[in-house]
Amino acid sequence: MAPGRGLAARAAAGAGATGGTAAARPAGPRIGLAGGGAVAASVAVLLVFLAAWEWLPRFFDVPAYILPPASRVWSEFWRMLAAERLLHHSGITALEVVAGFAIGSLLGALIGFVLGAAPRAELVLSPYILALQIAPKVAFAPLFVMWLGYTVYPKILVAVLIVFFPIMVNVLTAIRTVDPDLVNLARSFSATRWQIFRMIEYPATLPPLFSGLRIGATLAVIGVVVGELVGGNSGLGYLLVFGEGQGNTAMVFVTIIVLTLIGIVAYGAVVLAERRVLHYLPRAQHRTV
Amino acid sequence: MEPRIRIEFRRVCKRFVARERGTEEVTAVEDVSVAVRDGEVVSIIGPSGCGKSTLLNMGAGLYLPSAGEVYVDGERVAGPNPHVAFMLQKDLLLPWRTIRENVELGLEIRRVRAAERRERAMALIERCHLAGFERHYPHQLSGGMRQRAALARTLAVAPTVLLMDEPFSALDAQTKMILQQDLARTLAEEGKTALFITHDLVESIVLSDRILVMSPRPGRIVEEIPVDMPGRDAPIRRRLDARVGPLAAHLMEQLHIGEPVAAEAH
Repeated sequence: MAPGRGLAARAAAGAGATGGTAAARPAGPRIGLAGGGAVAASVAVLLVFLAAWEWLPRFFDVPAYILPPASRVWSEFWRMLAAERLLHHSGITALEVVAGFAIGSLLGALIGFVLGAAPRAELVLSPYILALQIAPKVAFAPLFVMWLGYTVYPKILVAVLIVFFPIMVNVLTAIRTVDPDLVNLARSFSATRWQIFRMIEYPATLPPLFSGLRIGATLAVIGVVVGELVGGNSGLGYLLVFGEGQGNTAMVFVTIIVLTLIGIVAYGAVVLAERRVLHYLPRAQHRTV
Repeated sequence: MEPRIRIEFRRVCKRFVARERGTEEVTAVEDVSVAVRDGEVVSIIGPSGCGKSTLLNMGAGLYLPSAGEVYVDGERVAGPNPHVAFMLQKDLLLPWRTIRENVELGLEIRRVRAAERRERAMALIERCHLAGFERHYPHQLSGGMRQRAALARTLAVAPTVLLMDEPFSALDAQTKMILQQDLARTLAEEGKTALFITHDLVESIVLSDRILVMSPRPGRIVEEIPVDMPGRDAPIRRRLDARVGPLAAHLMEQLHIGEPVAAEAH
Protein backbone atom coordinates (compact mmCIF):
# COMPACT_ATOMS: atom_id res chain seq x y z
CA MET A 1 0.00 0.00 0.00
CA ALA A 2 2.05 2.92 -1.19
CA PRO A 3 -0.11 5.56 -2.82
CA GLY A 4 2.84 7.92 -2.77
CA ARG A 5 4.85 5.54 -4.91
CA GLY A 6 2.03 5.20 -7.42
CA LEU A 7 1.49 8.94 -7.69
CA ALA A 8 5.18 9.67 -8.06
CA ALA A 9 5.52 7.11 -10.83
CA ARG A 10 2.52 8.61 -12.56
CA ALA A 11 3.87 12.14 -12.33
CA ALA A 12 7.17 10.98 -13.79
CA ALA A 13 5.39 9.15 -16.59
CA GLY A 14 3.26 12.21 -17.34
CA ALA A 15 6.29 14.44 -17.49
CA GLY A 16 8.02 11.93 -19.74
CA ALA A 17 5.08 11.99 -22.13
CA THR A 18 5.11 15.77 -22.41
CA GLY A 19 8.88 15.84 -22.61
CA GLY A 20 9.07 13.96 -25.87
CA THR A 21 9.20 10.42 -27.19
CA ALA A 22 11.79 9.05 -24.80
CA ALA A 23 10.01 6.83 -22.31
CA ALA A 24 12.86 6.12 -19.90
CA ARG A 25 13.93 9.51 -18.71
CA PRO A 26 15.30 9.97 -15.23
CA ALA A 27 12.79 11.59 -12.89
CA GLY A 28 13.35 15.06 -11.50
CA PRO A 29 13.35 18.69 -12.51
CA ARG A 30 15.65 18.05 -15.46
CA ILE A 31 12.65 16.75 -17.39
CA GLY A 32 11.27 20.28 -17.73
CA LEU A 33 14.52 21.51 -19.23
CA ALA A 34 14.71 18.51 -21.51
CA GLY A 35 11.12 19.28 -22.68
CA GLY A 36 12.03 22.89 -23.45
CA GLY A 37 15.20 21.69 -25.14
CA ALA A 38 13.22 19.32 -27.33
CA VAL A 39 10.96 22.18 -28.53
CA ALA A 40 13.98 24.38 -29.28
CA ALA A 41 15.62 21.52 -31.17
CA SER A 42 12.44 20.95 -33.20
CA VAL A 43 12.33 24.63 -34.16
CA ALA A 44 16.01 24.47 -35.10
CA VAL A 45 15.32 21.49 -37.36
CA LEU A 46 12.56 23.49 -39.09
CA LEU A 47 14.85 26.46 -39.63
CA VAL A 48 17.62 24.27 -41.05
CA PHE A 49 15.09 22.59 -43.34
CA LEU A 50 13.72 25.93 -44.61
CA ALA A 51 17.24 27.26 -45.19
CA ALA A 52 18.20 24.12 -47.11
CA TRP A 53 14.99 24.38 -49.16
CA GLU A 54 15.79 28.01 -49.98
CA TRP A 55 19.49 27.74 -50.81
CA LEU A 56 20.23 24.18 -51.96
CA PRO A 57 18.14 24.29 -55.20
CA ARG A 58 19.99 27.44 -56.27
CA PHE A 59 23.33 25.99 -55.26
CA PHE A 60 22.75 22.85 -57.36
CA ASP A 61 21.02 24.78 -60.18
CA VAL A 62 17.71 22.90 -59.81
CA PRO A 63 15.17 24.68 -62.02
CA ALA A 64 12.16 26.28 -60.23
CA TYR A 65 9.64 24.11 -62.14
CA ILE A 66 11.20 21.05 -60.49
CA LEU A 67 11.81 22.42 -57.00
CA PRO A 68 10.86 26.04 -56.33
CA PRO A 69 12.75 27.56 -53.38
CA ALA A 70 10.89 28.30 -50.15
CA SER A 71 10.59 32.03 -50.86
CA ARG A 72 8.99 31.31 -54.24
CA VAL A 73 6.40 29.04 -52.58
CA TRP A 74 5.75 31.72 -49.96
CA SER A 75 5.04 34.38 -52.61
CA GLU A 76 2.89 31.88 -54.53
CA PHE A 77 0.87 31.41 -51.35
CA TRP A 78 0.06 35.14 -51.27
CA ARG A 79 -0.73 35.18 -54.99
CA MET A 80 -3.10 32.23 -54.57
CA LEU A 81 -4.86 33.91 -51.66
CA ALA A 82 -5.63 36.87 -53.89
CA ALA A 83 -6.05 35.31 -57.36
CA GLU A 84 -7.00 31.67 -56.91
CA ARG A 85 -9.50 31.93 -54.03
CA LEU A 86 -7.24 29.72 -51.89
CA LEU A 87 -9.35 30.33 -48.76
CA HIS A 88 -12.55 29.40 -50.59
CA HIS A 89 -11.08 26.12 -51.83
CA SER A 90 -9.50 25.36 -48.44
CA GLY A 91 -12.85 25.98 -46.76
CA ILE A 92 -14.63 23.57 -49.09
CA THR A 93 -12.03 20.87 -48.54
CA ALA A 94 -12.11 21.41 -44.77
CA LEU A 95 -15.91 21.15 -44.73
CA GLU A 96 -15.80 17.95 -46.76
CA VAL A 97 -13.19 16.54 -44.38
CA VAL A 98 -15.29 17.40 -41.33
CA ALA A 99 -18.49 16.03 -42.85
CA GLY A 100 -16.84 12.84 -44.11
CA PHE A 101 -15.04 12.28 -40.82
CA ALA A 102 -18.14 12.91 -38.71
CA ILE A 103 -20.46 10.70 -40.75
CA GLY A 104 -17.85 7.99 -41.26
CA SER A 105 -16.88 7.75 -37.60
CA LEU A 106 -20.48 7.88 -36.40
CA LEU A 107 -21.47 5.05 -38.75
CA GLY A 108 -18.31 3.12 -37.93
CA ALA A 109 -18.86 3.32 -34.19
CA LEU A 110 -22.57 2.54 -34.50
CA ILE A 111 -22.11 -0.52 -36.69
CA GLY A 112 -19.17 -1.61 -34.54
CA PHE A 113 -21.41 -1.55 -31.45
CA VAL A 114 -24.25 -3.35 -33.23
CA LEU A 115 -22.02 -6.10 -34.61
CA GLY A 116 -20.28 -6.31 -31.24
CA ALA A 117 -23.62 -7.01 -29.58
CA ALA A 118 -24.66 -9.50 -32.27
CA PRO A 119 -21.87 -12.06 -32.74
CA ARG A 120 -23.96 -14.08 -35.14
CA ALA A 121 -24.54 -11.17 -37.51
CA GLU A 122 -20.83 -10.50 -37.44
CA LEU A 123 -20.09 -14.13 -38.29
CA VAL A 124 -22.38 -13.96 -41.33
CA LEU A 125 -21.12 -10.58 -42.51
CA SER A 126 -17.43 -10.98 -41.71
CA PRO A 127 -16.25 -12.15 -45.20
CA TYR A 128 -17.90 -9.11 -46.79
CA ILE A 129 -16.61 -6.75 -44.16
CA LEU A 130 -13.14 -8.13 -44.74
CA ALA A 131 -13.47 -7.78 -48.51
CA LEU A 132 -14.64 -4.18 -48.20
CA GLN A 133 -11.87 -3.49 -45.76
CA ILE A 134 -9.26 -4.79 -48.18
CA ALA A 135 -10.72 -3.01 -51.22
CA PRO A 136 -8.83 0.25 -51.85
CA LYS A 137 -11.46 2.79 -50.86
CA VAL A 138 -10.06 5.60 -53.02
CA ALA A 139 -10.75 3.44 -56.10
CA PHE A 140 -14.42 4.14 -55.49
CA ALA A 141 -13.91 7.86 -56.15
CA PRO A 142 -14.58 7.79 -59.94
CA LEU A 143 -17.69 5.70 -59.31
CA PHE A 144 -19.05 8.16 -56.78
CA VAL A 145 -18.32 11.07 -59.12
CA MET A 146 -20.26 9.29 -61.86
CA TRP A 147 -23.15 8.76 -59.49
CA LEU A 148 -23.27 12.12 -57.77
CA GLY A 149 -21.71 14.50 -60.29
CA TYR A 150 -19.24 17.33 -59.73
CA THR A 151 -20.56 18.18 -56.26
CA VAL A 152 -19.16 17.91 -52.74
CA TYR A 153 -21.05 14.66 -52.13
CA PRO A 154 -18.75 12.16 -53.88
CA LYS A 155 -15.78 13.60 -51.94
CA ILE A 156 -17.61 13.27 -48.64
CA LEU A 157 -18.64 9.76 -49.56
CA VAL A 158 -15.06 8.65 -50.25
CA ALA A 159 -14.05 10.10 -46.88
CA VAL A 160 -16.97 8.33 -45.14
CA LEU A 161 -15.95 5.02 -46.67
CA ILE A 162 -12.28 5.36 -45.81
CA VAL A 163 -12.92 6.57 -42.24
CA PHE A 164 -15.55 3.94 -41.52
CA PHE A 165 -13.43 0.80 -41.36
CA PRO A 166 -10.64 1.53 -38.90
CA ILE A 167 -13.22 2.88 -36.46
CA MET A 168 -15.68 0.04 -36.89
CA VAL A 169 -12.93 -2.58 -36.54
CA ASN A 170 -11.51 -0.91 -33.42
CA VAL A 171 -14.91 -0.68 -31.74
CA LEU A 172 -15.82 -4.25 -32.68
CA THR A 173 -12.52 -5.65 -31.39
CA ALA A 174 -12.83 -3.63 -28.21
CA ILE A 175 -16.34 -4.91 -27.46
CA ARG A 176 -15.14 -8.46 -28.10
CA THR A 177 -12.19 -8.12 -25.74
CA VAL A 178 -14.06 -6.64 -22.77
CA ASP A 179 -13.10 -8.78 -19.76
CA PRO A 180 -15.93 -11.33 -19.38
CA ASP A 181 -15.45 -11.13 -15.61
CA LEU A 182 -16.42 -7.44 -15.74
CA VAL A 183 -19.61 -8.39 -17.56
CA ASN A 184 -20.22 -11.15 -15.00
CA LEU A 185 -19.72 -8.67 -12.19
CA ALA A 186 -22.43 -6.45 -13.66
CA ARG A 187 -24.64 -9.49 -14.24
CA SER A 188 -24.20 -10.59 -10.63
CA PHE A 189 -25.71 -7.22 -9.65
CA SER A 190 -28.68 -8.15 -11.89
CA ALA A 191 -27.73 -5.68 -14.64
CA THR A 192 -29.90 -5.54 -17.74
CA ARG A 193 -28.34 -5.96 -21.19
CA TRP A 194 -28.59 -2.20 -21.73
CA GLN A 195 -26.93 -1.44 -18.38
CA ILE A 196 -24.06 -3.79 -19.26
CA PHE A 197 -23.58 -1.92 -22.52
CA ARG A 198 -23.89 1.55 -20.98
CA MET A 199 -21.79 0.98 -17.85
CA ILE A 200 -19.22 -1.58 -18.99
CA GLU A 201 -18.93 -2.17 -22.72
CA TYR A 202 -19.36 1.35 -24.05
CA PRO A 203 -16.82 3.04 -21.75
CA ALA A 204 -14.39 0.17 -22.29
CA THR A 205 -14.42 0.79 -26.04
CA LEU A 206 -13.62 4.49 -25.78
CA PRO A 207 -9.78 4.21 -25.80
CA PRO A 208 -9.72 2.03 -28.95
CA LEU A 209 -12.44 4.22 -30.47
CA PHE A 210 -10.18 7.23 -30.08
CA SER A 211 -7.25 5.36 -31.63
CA GLY A 212 -9.56 4.75 -34.59
CA LEU A 213 -10.61 8.41 -34.67
CA ARG A 214 -6.95 9.49 -34.83
CA ILE A 215 -6.39 7.27 -37.86
CA GLY A 216 -9.72 8.38 -39.32
CA ALA A 217 -8.84 12.07 -39.03
CA THR A 218 -5.84 11.69 -41.34
CA LEU A 219 -7.59 9.24 -43.67
CA ALA A 220 -10.52 11.64 -44.15
CA VAL A 221 -8.16 14.19 -45.77
CA ILE A 222 -6.86 11.53 -48.15
CA GLY A 223 -10.38 10.47 -49.12
CA VAL A 224 -11.52 14.03 -49.81
CA VAL A 225 -8.44 14.95 -51.87
CA VAL A 226 -8.71 11.86 -54.03
CA GLY A 227 -12.38 12.70 -54.63
CA GLU A 228 -11.43 16.22 -55.65
CA LEU A 229 -8.62 15.01 -57.89
CA VAL A 230 -11.04 12.83 -59.81
CA GLY A 231 -13.61 15.42 -60.65
CA GLY A 232 -14.96 18.85 -59.85
CA ASN A 233 -13.88 22.46 -59.90
CA SER A 234 -13.51 23.25 -56.24
CA GLY A 235 -11.42 22.21 -53.28
CA LEU A 236 -7.70 21.86 -52.79
CA GLY A 237 -7.61 18.65 -54.83
CA TYR A 238 -8.89 20.68 -57.76
CA LEU A 239 -6.14 23.29 -57.18
CA LEU A 240 -3.58 20.45 -57.25
CA VAL A 241 -4.76 19.34 -60.69
CA PHE A 242 -5.03 22.94 -61.86
CA GLY A 243 -1.47 23.76 -60.70
CA GLU A 244 -0.17 20.63 -62.38
CA GLY A 245 -1.86 21.61 -65.66
CA GLN A 246 -0.29 25.05 -65.47
CA GLY A 247 3.14 23.61 -64.74
CA ASN A 248 3.03 25.73 -61.57
CA THR A 249 5.10 23.64 -59.14
CA ALA A 250 4.95 26.27 -56.41
CA MET A 251 1.15 26.15 -56.50
CA VAL A 252 1.24 22.38 -55.97
CA PHE A 253 3.57 22.84 -53.02
CA VAL A 254 1.32 25.47 -51.43
CA THR A 255 -1.69 23.19 -51.80
CA ILE A 256 0.13 20.22 -50.26
CA ILE A 257 1.13 22.38 -47.29
CA VAL A 258 -2.42 23.67 -46.75
CA LEU A 259 -3.76 20.10 -46.97
CA THR A 260 -1.24 19.03 -44.36
CA LEU A 261 -2.33 21.89 -42.11
CA ILE A 262 -5.98 20.79 -42.41
CA GLY A 263 -4.90 17.25 -41.47
CA ILE A 264 -2.95 18.53 -38.47
CA VAL A 265 -5.90 20.57 -37.22
CA ALA A 266 -8.25 17.58 -37.60
CA TYR A 267 -5.83 15.28 -35.80
CA GLY A 268 -5.20 17.86 -33.08
CA ALA A 269 -8.94 18.24 -32.49
CA VAL A 270 -9.25 14.49 -31.97
CA VAL A 271 -6.29 14.46 -29.57
CA LEU A 272 -7.80 17.32 -27.56
CA ALA A 273 -11.17 15.57 -27.35
CA GLU A 274 -9.42 12.36 -26.36
CA ARG A 275 -7.59 14.05 -23.50
CA ARG A 276 -10.85 15.39 -22.16
CA VAL A 277 -12.78 12.15 -22.48
CA LEU A 278 -10.03 9.73 -21.42
CA HIS A 279 -8.75 11.92 -18.59
CA TYR A 280 -8.84 8.93 -16.25
CA LEU A 281 -6.04 7.11 -18.04
CA PRO A 282 -2.49 7.45 -16.75
CA ARG A 283 -0.83 10.20 -18.77
CA ALA A 284 1.84 7.86 -20.13
CA GLN A 285 -0.86 6.06 -22.08
CA HIS A 286 -1.61 9.16 -24.13
CA ARG A 287 0.57 9.14 -27.19
CA THR A 288 0.99 12.85 -27.71
CA VAL A 289 2.59 12.65 -31.15
CA MET B 1 -33.13 -23.98 17.18
CA GLU B 2 -30.78 -24.54 14.29
CA PRO B 3 -29.52 -21.29 12.75
CA ARG B 4 -30.97 -20.46 9.41
CA ILE B 5 -29.21 -21.79 6.31
CA ARG B 6 -28.12 -18.94 4.04
CA ILE B 7 -26.75 -20.77 1.03
CA GLU B 8 -27.13 -24.39 0.14
CA PHE B 9 -25.97 -26.56 -2.74
CA ARG B 10 -28.09 -29.70 -3.03
CA ARG B 11 -26.47 -32.54 -4.97
CA VAL B 12 -25.17 -30.11 -7.54
CA CYS B 13 -23.49 -31.26 -10.77
CA LYS B 14 -22.07 -29.11 -13.52
CA ARG B 15 -21.02 -30.44 -16.91
CA PHE B 16 -19.44 -28.36 -19.65
CA VAL B 17 -18.89 -29.06 -23.30
CA ALA B 18 -15.12 -28.79 -23.60
CA ARG B 19 -14.33 -26.92 -26.79
CA GLU B 20 -10.91 -28.48 -27.29
CA ARG B 21 -12.39 -31.97 -27.05
CA GLY B 22 -15.19 -31.58 -29.56
CA THR B 23 -18.58 -32.39 -28.14
CA GLU B 24 -17.30 -34.46 -25.23
CA GLU B 25 -18.63 -33.27 -21.89
CA VAL B 26 -16.42 -32.55 -18.94
CA THR B 27 -17.79 -32.83 -15.44
CA ALA B 28 -16.51 -29.91 -13.38
CA VAL B 29 -18.44 -30.54 -10.21
CA GLU B 30 -20.13 -33.77 -9.19
CA ASP B 31 -22.73 -34.35 -6.53
CA VAL B 32 -21.71 -31.54 -4.21
CA SER B 33 -23.85 -30.75 -1.20
CA VAL B 34 -22.90 -27.83 1.01
CA ALA B 35 -24.96 -25.85 3.48
CA VAL B 36 -23.65 -22.66 5.03
CA ARG B 37 -25.43 -21.39 8.11
CA ASP B 38 -26.13 -17.76 8.96
CA GLY B 39 -22.96 -15.94 9.99
CA GLU B 40 -20.74 -18.84 9.12
CA VAL B 41 -17.56 -18.60 7.04
CA VAL B 42 -16.76 -21.74 5.07
CA SER B 43 -13.62 -22.22 3.02
CA ILE B 44 -13.26 -24.56 0.09
CA ILE B 45 -9.81 -25.79 -0.82
CA GLY B 46 -8.78 -28.17 -3.54
CA PRO B 47 -6.36 -28.67 -6.42
CA SER B 48 -6.60 -26.21 -9.30
CA GLY B 49 -9.27 -27.06 -11.82
CA CYS B 50 -11.37 -28.97 -9.31
CA GLY B 51 -14.43 -26.82 -9.96
CA LYS B 52 -14.27 -24.49 -6.97
CA SER B 53 -14.95 -21.42 -9.10
CA THR B 54 -17.72 -23.24 -10.93
CA LEU B 55 -19.41 -23.73 -7.58
CA LEU B 56 -19.20 -20.02 -6.78
CA ASN B 57 -20.52 -18.99 -10.18
CA MET B 58 -23.53 -21.20 -9.62
CA GLY B 59 -24.00 -19.63 -6.21
CA ALA B 60 -24.00 -16.20 -7.84
CA GLY B 61 -26.54 -17.42 -10.40
CA LEU B 62 -24.19 -16.70 -13.31
CA TYR B 63 -24.86 -20.17 -14.56
CA LEU B 64 -27.21 -22.89 -13.51
CA PRO B 65 -26.27 -26.41 -12.37
CA SER B 66 -26.70 -29.31 -14.80
CA ALA B 67 -28.32 -31.25 -11.97
CA GLY B 68 -29.25 -30.44 -8.40
CA GLU B 69 -30.28 -27.08 -6.98
CA VAL B 70 -28.80 -24.05 -5.28
CA TYR B 71 -30.78 -22.22 -2.62
CA VAL B 72 -30.02 -18.79 -1.20
CA ASP B 73 -32.07 -17.73 1.83
CA GLY B 74 -34.45 -20.56 1.06
CA GLU B 75 -35.10 -19.37 -2.49
CA ARG B 76 -34.01 -21.47 -5.42
CA VAL B 77 -31.37 -19.66 -7.48
CA ALA B 78 -32.55 -19.19 -11.05
CA GLY B 79 -30.26 -16.31 -11.98
CA PRO B 80 -28.37 -13.42 -10.42
CA ASN B 81 -30.10 -12.35 -7.22
CA PRO B 82 -29.74 -9.50 -4.75
CA HIS B 83 -28.82 -11.70 -1.76
CA VAL B 84 -25.43 -12.65 -3.13
CA ALA B 85 -22.34 -10.67 -4.12
CA PHE B 86 -19.04 -12.03 -5.32
CA MET B 87 -15.45 -10.91 -5.22
CA LEU B 88 -12.63 -12.30 -7.34
CA GLN B 89 -8.86 -12.33 -7.37
CA LYS B 90 -9.06 -9.56 -9.97
CA ASP B 91 -10.36 -6.35 -8.41
CA LEU B 92 -12.53 -5.65 -11.51
CA LEU B 93 -12.55 -1.92 -10.77
CA LEU B 94 -13.65 0.13 -13.77
CA PRO B 95 -10.72 2.39 -14.75
CA TRP B 96 -13.02 5.23 -15.84
CA ARG B 97 -14.79 5.44 -12.50
CA THR B 98 -13.40 6.97 -9.34
CA ILE B 99 -13.16 4.74 -6.28
CA ARG B 100 -16.45 6.10 -4.97
CA GLU B 101 -18.20 5.54 -8.29
CA ASN B 102 -16.78 2.02 -8.42
CA VAL B 103 -18.12 1.26 -4.95
CA GLU B 104 -21.50 2.57 -6.11
CA LEU B 105 -21.62 0.34 -9.20
CA GLY B 106 -23.92 -2.33 -7.80
CA LEU B 107 -26.23 0.26 -6.22
CA GLU B 108 -26.39 2.20 -9.47
CA ILE B 109 -27.29 -0.95 -11.39
CA ARG B 110 -30.03 -1.57 -8.84
CA ARG B 111 -31.25 2.00 -9.33
CA VAL B 112 -30.64 3.26 -5.80
CA ARG B 113 -31.05 7.06 -5.55
CA ALA B 114 -27.82 9.03 -6.03
CA ALA B 115 -27.82 10.60 -2.56
CA GLU B 116 -28.34 7.30 -0.80
CA ARG B 117 -25.77 5.63 -3.04
CA ARG B 118 -23.21 8.20 -2.16
CA GLU B 119 -23.90 7.95 1.54
CA ARG B 120 -23.55 4.16 1.60
CA ALA B 121 -20.43 4.25 -0.56
CA MET B 122 -18.73 6.83 1.63
CA ALA B 123 -19.51 4.85 4.80
CA LEU B 124 -17.97 1.72 3.29
CA ILE B 125 -14.96 3.60 1.94
CA GLU B 126 -14.37 4.78 5.48
CA ARG B 127 -14.82 1.33 6.95
CA CYS B 128 -12.44 -0.20 4.38
CA HIS B 129 -9.76 2.34 5.26
CA LEU B 130 -9.94 4.17 1.96
CA ALA B 131 -11.07 7.57 3.25
CA GLY B 132 -9.41 10.34 1.25
CA PHE B 133 -9.11 8.16 -1.83
CA GLU B 134 -12.75 8.29 -2.95
CA ARG B 135 -11.94 10.63 -5.83
CA HIS B 136 -8.88 8.72 -7.00
CA TYR B 137 -8.96 6.51 -10.05
CA PRO B 138 -8.07 2.82 -9.66
CA HIS B 139 -4.69 3.13 -11.40
CA GLN B 140 -3.60 5.57 -8.72
CA LEU B 141 -4.00 2.94 -5.98
CA SER B 142 -1.84 0.01 -4.92
CA GLY B 143 -3.03 -3.58 -5.33
CA GLY B 144 -4.07 -3.87 -1.69
CA MET B 145 -6.11 -0.67 -1.78
CA ARG B 146 -7.75 -1.71 -5.02
CA GLN B 147 -8.81 -4.96 -3.42
CA ARG B 148 -10.19 -3.00 -0.44
CA ALA B 149 -12.24 -0.97 -2.90
CA ALA B 150 -13.48 -4.21 -4.46
CA LEU B 151 -14.53 -5.40 -0.99
CA ALA B 152 -16.36 -2.11 -0.38
CA ARG B 153 -18.17 -2.53 -3.71
CA THR B 154 -19.13 -6.08 -2.73
CA LEU B 155 -20.46 -5.00 0.68
CA ALA B 156 -22.27 -1.95 -0.75
CA VAL B 157 -25.16 -4.01 -2.10
CA ALA B 158 -25.73 -5.41 1.40
CA PRO B 159 -25.61 -9.07 0.42
CA THR B 160 -26.48 -11.75 2.96
CA VAL B 161 -23.93 -14.09 1.38
CA LEU B 162 -20.47 -13.19 0.12
CA LEU B 163 -18.85 -15.46 -2.43
CA MET B 164 -15.12 -14.92 -2.56
CA ASP B 165 -12.83 -16.54 -5.09
CA GLU B 166 -9.22 -16.23 -3.95
CA PRO B 167 -9.65 -12.51 -3.30
CA PHE B 168 -6.20 -12.03 -1.78
CA SER B 169 -4.08 -14.41 -3.81
CA ALA B 170 -2.52 -11.67 -5.96
CA LEU B 171 -1.33 -9.65 -2.96
CA ASP B 172 2.00 -9.67 -1.18
CA ALA B 173 2.18 -11.62 2.06
CA GLN B 174 1.92 -8.68 4.46
CA THR B 175 -0.86 -6.84 2.64
CA LYS B 176 -2.67 -10.14 2.53
CA MET B 177 -2.53 -10.58 6.29
CA ILE B 178 -3.83 -7.06 6.87
CA LEU B 179 -6.70 -7.53 4.46
CA GLN B 180 -7.54 -10.91 5.96
CA GLN B 181 -7.74 -9.24 9.33
CA ASP B 182 -10.01 -6.48 8.02
CA LEU B 183 -12.23 -8.92 6.17
CA ALA B 184 -12.57 -11.23 9.19
CA ARG B 185 -13.48 -8.33 11.45
CA THR B 186 -16.03 -6.97 8.99
CA LEU B 187 -17.62 -10.38 8.47
CA ALA B 188 -17.87 -10.91 12.22
CA GLU B 189 -19.21 -7.44 13.01
CA GLU B 190 -21.83 -7.52 10.29
CA GLY B 191 -22.65 -11.17 10.85
CA LYS B 192 -22.18 -11.94 7.15
CA THR B 193 -22.18 -15.41 5.72
CA ALA B 194 -19.31 -16.23 3.37
CA LEU B 195 -18.14 -18.98 1.09
CA PHE B 196 -14.45 -18.51 0.55
CA ILE B 197 -12.32 -20.23 -2.06
CA THR B 198 -8.59 -20.29 -1.59
CA HIS B 199 -5.38 -22.05 -2.47
CA ASP B 200 -3.76 -20.86 0.70
CA LEU B 201 -4.15 -23.55 3.38
CA VAL B 202 -3.31 -21.26 6.29
CA GLU B 203 -5.72 -18.64 4.94
CA SER B 204 -8.50 -21.20 4.97
CA ILE B 205 -7.67 -22.13 8.58
CA VAL B 206 -7.42 -18.61 9.98
CA LEU B 207 -10.51 -17.22 8.24
CA SER B 208 -13.12 -19.90 8.53
CA ASP B 209 -15.38 -21.91 10.80
CA ARG B 210 -15.26 -24.91 8.53
CA ILE B 211 -13.06 -26.16 5.70
CA LEU B 212 -14.27 -28.32 2.84
CA VAL B 213 -11.67 -30.24 0.86
CA MET B 214 -12.44 -30.93 -2.77
CA SER B 215 -11.03 -33.72 -4.94
CA PRO B 216 -9.46 -33.21 -8.38
CA ARG B 217 -11.91 -33.00 -11.28
CA PRO B 218 -14.65 -34.03 -11.20
CA GLY B 219 -14.81 -32.03 -7.99
CA ARG B 220 -16.39 -33.73 -5.00
CA ILE B 221 -16.22 -32.86 -1.37
CA VAL B 222 -13.94 -35.43 0.25
CA GLU B 223 -13.58 -34.05 3.74
CA GLU B 224 -15.19 -31.56 6.05
CA ILE B 225 -13.06 -30.13 8.84
CA PRO B 226 -14.48 -27.88 11.53
CA VAL B 227 -11.91 -25.32 12.68
CA ASP B 228 -12.29 -25.43 16.41
CA MET B 229 -10.15 -22.46 17.40
CA PRO B 230 -10.87 -19.04 18.84
CA GLY B 231 -10.28 -15.84 16.87
CA ARG B 232 -12.25 -16.17 13.67
CA ASP B 233 -12.55 -12.40 13.81
CA ALA B 234 -8.79 -11.95 14.31
CA PRO B 235 -6.82 -14.12 11.87
CA ILE B 236 -3.47 -12.62 12.83
CA ARG B 237 -3.99 -13.87 16.38
CA ARG B 238 -5.36 -17.20 15.22
CA ARG B 239 -2.29 -17.68 13.05
CA LEU B 240 -0.27 -18.08 16.26
CA ASP B 241 -2.45 -20.91 17.56
CA ALA B 242 -0.47 -24.14 18.02
CA ARG B 243 -3.16 -26.14 16.23
CA VAL B 244 -2.72 -24.28 12.91
CA GLY B 245 0.47 -26.14 11.97
CA PRO B 246 -0.85 -29.68 12.44
CA LEU B 247 -4.11 -28.78 10.66
CA ALA B 248 -2.20 -27.36 7.71
CA ALA B 249 -0.13 -30.54 7.62
CA HIS B 250 -3.32 -32.58 7.57
CA LEU B 251 -4.69 -30.49 4.67
CA MET B 252 -1.42 -30.93 2.76
CA GLU B 253 -1.78 -34.64 3.15
CA GLN B 254 -5.41 -34.54 2.00
CA LEU B 255 -4.43 -32.58 -1.11
CA HIS B 256 -1.38 -34.80 -1.76
CA ILE B 257 0.93 -31.80 -1.71
CA GLY B 258 4.56 -32.81 -1.60
CA GLU B 259 4.10 -36.15 -3.33
CA PRO B 260 4.31 -35.08 -6.99
CA VAL B 261 5.54 -38.46 -8.25
CA ALA B 262 2.55 -40.26 -6.85
CA ALA B 263 0.21 -37.59 -8.17
CA GLU B 264 1.61 -37.85 -11.68
CA ALA B 265 1.43 -41.64 -11.59
CA HIS B 266 -2.37 -41.55 -11.26
